[in-house]
Amino acid sequence: MPGERQPDIQISVDHLIKRFGAFIAVNDVTFDVRRGEIMGFLGPNGAGKSTIIRMLCGLLRPTSGRAMVAGVDVALNPERVRQSIGYMSQKFSLYGDLTVAENLRFFGGIYRVPQKEIAERILSVVEMAGLAGREDSLVSTLAGGWKQRLALGCAILHRPPVLFLDEPTSGVDPISRRRFWELIHELSDDGVSVLVSTHYMDEAEYCNRIAMIDQGKLVALGTPAELKNRALPGTLLLVECDEIGHAIELLGSAPGVRDVAAFGNTLHVLVDREAGQTDRLIAWLAAHGIAGARVRPIEPSLEDAFVQLVTGNREAA
Amino acid sequence: MKLRRVRAVVVKEGLQIWRDRRSLIIALLMPFMQMLLLGYGVNLDIKHVAVCTFDRENSQTSQSLLKHFQASSYFAVKHVLDSYKSVTTALDRGDCVITIVIPPDFSERLRDSGQSSIQAILDATDDNTAAVATGYAQSVVSGFSDEVQLQFSGIGGASVAAAAPLSLEARVWYNEDLDSRNFIIPGVVAVVMALVGSQLTSLTISREWERGTMELLVSTPITSMELMIGKLLPYFAIGMLDATFCLGIAVWWFGVPFRGSLATLTLVTVLFLIVVLSIGYLVSVTIRTQLGASQIALILTMLPTMMLSGYTFPIDQMPDFIRPVTYLVYSRYYLTALKSIFLKGSGVVDLWFPILIMLLYAAAVGTWAARAFRKSLD
Repeated sequence: MPGERQPDIQISVDHLIKRFGAFIAVNDVTFDVRRGEIMGFLGPNGAGKSTIIRMLCGLLRPTSGRAMVAGVDVALNPERVRQSIGYMSQKFSLYGDLTVAENLRFFGGIYRVPQKEIAERILSVVEMAGLAGREDSLVSTLAGGWKQRLALGCAILHRPPVLFLDEPTSGVDPISRRRFWELIHELSDDGVSVLVSTHYMDEAEYCNRIAMIDQGKLVALGTPAELKNRALPGTLLLVECDEIGHAIELLGSAPGVRDVAAFGNTLHVLVDREAGQTDRLIAWLAAHGIAGARVRPIEPSLEDAFVQLVTGNREAA
Repeated sequence: MKLRRVRAVVVKEGLQIWRDRRSLIIALLMPFMQMLLLGYGVNLDIKHVAVCTFDRENSQTSQSLLKHFQASSYFAVKHVLDSYKSVTTALDRGDCVITIVIPPDFSERLRDSGQSSIQAILDATDDNTAAVATGYAQSVVSGFSDEVQLQFSGIGGASVAAAAPLSLEARVWYNEDLDSRNFIIPGVVAVVMALVGSQLTSLTISREWERGTMELLVSTPITSMELMIGKLLPYFAIGMLDATFCLGIAVWWFGVPFRGSLATLTLVTVLFLIVVLSIGYLVSVTIRTQLGASQIALILTMLPTMMLSGYTFPIDQMPDFIRPVTYLVYSRYYLTALKSIFLKGSGVVDLWFPILIMLLYAAAVGTWAARAFRKSLD
């Protein structure tokens, strides 16, 4: 709960609002992140994810509300917060005209990593990021995935308890993305709190908890499983049949059906209970002229949940 | 302020400067080219003024006077004329700036009364040159009259000497050759240093904004003072190198006499460099695009240094309402100090005022620049 101090809470955001003129970029957002937790920010571009992260890094001043990071109020003491955080901005922001090692040494110096430890830490970061042998390469010559891991390396060189990653994997190939997430999990195992934004649904599944953000608002907050259950109470059925357009109308008026959504050339149908529904839907479609439909229960994805929650939010607004 | 962070910035900035070889070469070659261009381009000396002569007497004395004009390096005798009409034609055509006319009774009057006069006809469309030519002519004539006086006192004794013409004899100090180059070149050094110094730093912050590296830098605990000092130090080294080139060219290439001490010269140069580097940095902090920053830095340094520092126009000849403004022009103090050190050999004590002002300037602009940099994206 915000306000109530728990030593375990590393990030505490309380009714945060950010306005740019008449535009409300962040609208009354409240959440906590525990030690060692990976919190995912899921939402479309322009939803306000980056703005929240920038406020937590002390780069933007909140219009109102409070943000505590590593036990320090960001608005009151941004400099103290900065020593306790690592930040990876959305746009790659290391020095392309310096080498891997020079970038690491620069940030080691800026964060005042003890002189005795610097060589050893750079070595371990290089190893962790899989950059061994590339220490003397100019950063501008590295491929996307390598740059991303180096940026993470620069952000964790000073061993911050809190890490902010703003869409760290955008524009990176799937294998590099997988590897990147393994690194994030290792950090979380070491007790680092990670706040990571993404618009990849599959990545959100790797997070301990997810904050769904849309149009500046926190639409939902919970574990991936919780969000799916909350957004989709009942059972999700996958329907494959001919005449999809006609089938959507038919199923929408079928008894016991809550919602129908098209996913590619299949339909996701949300029903109250599973018992007997499969056969009943097949019969309903056959009775209305669509024969040979295949229906089976499926595990709802985060995308299903996201679509449900965001539509609900937008309709309410 | 943490030295560790300053050092990290110095190393990083130094590496970037070293890698950007083209900009580095430009930064080191620019002062050479500018020194030579401005050093040769500006020359206020008027020598070899075109002169015509019209000797209506043609006596030994009158010819002797004209020989003095021929011998003077200030004059170049173009034509020997024989009528007033040809005098008019020569002046109209621009063959000469000045014509010396010797009256037919020149030596007669000199012999009888001990005094005589000649006529000078001038083309004053360029009034400055005309005034200078008049001055030169007077000094040639006075040189001649000294000789005549000596001859008379040899012949006629003391009685004639008392009636001889008096002449004002100016003693020129500090710049005995009256070579304008000697006071222009130190000014050129000031102009070039103002230009190069501010250009060096004007891009350093805007470059980080344009490349997107600033967002990360702002999220680190570095303070704006640490960042500024770390960024200025490598450029200070380049600036000192540039200053050495400029001053070296002034002494060894243009042959400006250097009478002061190296220590005083170094002190005022260091102070001036800090001022112009800080101005460039301030501009860089304020303007977020490299092109804009470079342009503004050029205007802020070049214009006041050229127009208001006393480099082009003497300050005491400026209109009353402009003159107070020149006290704000930082290059004025470096210019004054440089000229005094070069030509008069002035020391720190003589130059306490410009040194004090430059110190204050450096402190003020430095503090302003450090404060102007806000660690925020708002």
